[in-house]
Amino acid sequence: MSVRVQVEDFDIGAEVRALTAGHADIGAVVTFTGTVRGESGGKPLSRMTLEHYPGMTEREIARIEAEAHTRWPLQASLIIHRVGTLRPGDNIVLVVTASAHRHAAFAAAEFLMDYLKTRAPFWKKEEDAGGAGAWVDARESDDHATRRWQGATGKG
Amino acid sequence: MSVKIRYFAWVREKTGKAEEDLDLPAEVKTGADLIAWLKDRGPEYAEAFARPEVIRVAVNQQHVKATASLAGAREIAFFPPVTGG
Repeated sequence: MSVRVQVEDFDIGAEVRALTAGHADIGAVVTFTGTVRGESGGKPLSRMTLEHYPGMTEREIARIEAEAHTRWPLQASLIIHRVGTLRPGDNIVLVVTASAHRHAAFAAAEFLMDYLKTRAPFWKKEEDAGGAGAWVDARESDDHATRRWQGATGKG
Repeated sequence: MSVKIRYFAWVREKTGKAEEDLDLPAEVKTGADLIAWLKDRGPEYAEAFARPEVIRVAVNQQHVKATASLAGAREIAFFPPVTGG
């Protein structure tokens, strides 16, 4: 299990190789990468700033990750979330889950992303071409996505 | 007792500060009490907490409900709903 909050970009291939190195018990690796869209509300986006709560953010993601490991038989997992200034096309978040079989890896990756979006303390501020900034509003659809896991139990 | 209060995202921008140490009066027992008390400290706080129902609360770096007790709190944070990922 591993959690990183960082300014730097990540290399998906290198991260997957490092996570799975030496594992003969992994049959499925799922990766999810979130990237910055070039528009917001129909207007071009010039850049985005991600703020977090140092300490709480890492602990909250680690808690969510530990929960995923209790729900599904995962051999390894990794969550990287970037902070600071990002531009369209940049990577924001990487979730990697590794399991013996694909169902657990797919489900755990989706669970981690749904919880990350509604529980982990990050806030996005978008800036348009004119330099006007606006904080992104939380989406109710993300809350719905998280609620569907509540009461549900994982299976391999 | 002095408690560290932290503000994030637009709550930070509106209060004009990222954190401060405050001595809380005995009648402040919950996050909701603290929001009500902070709103009286100045127009910038009144603006930041104008819609208390959208403000999220963390005590000692854990999510809590606004109605939860602040007993044992060393650090209290206020922020908007999260938008990462």
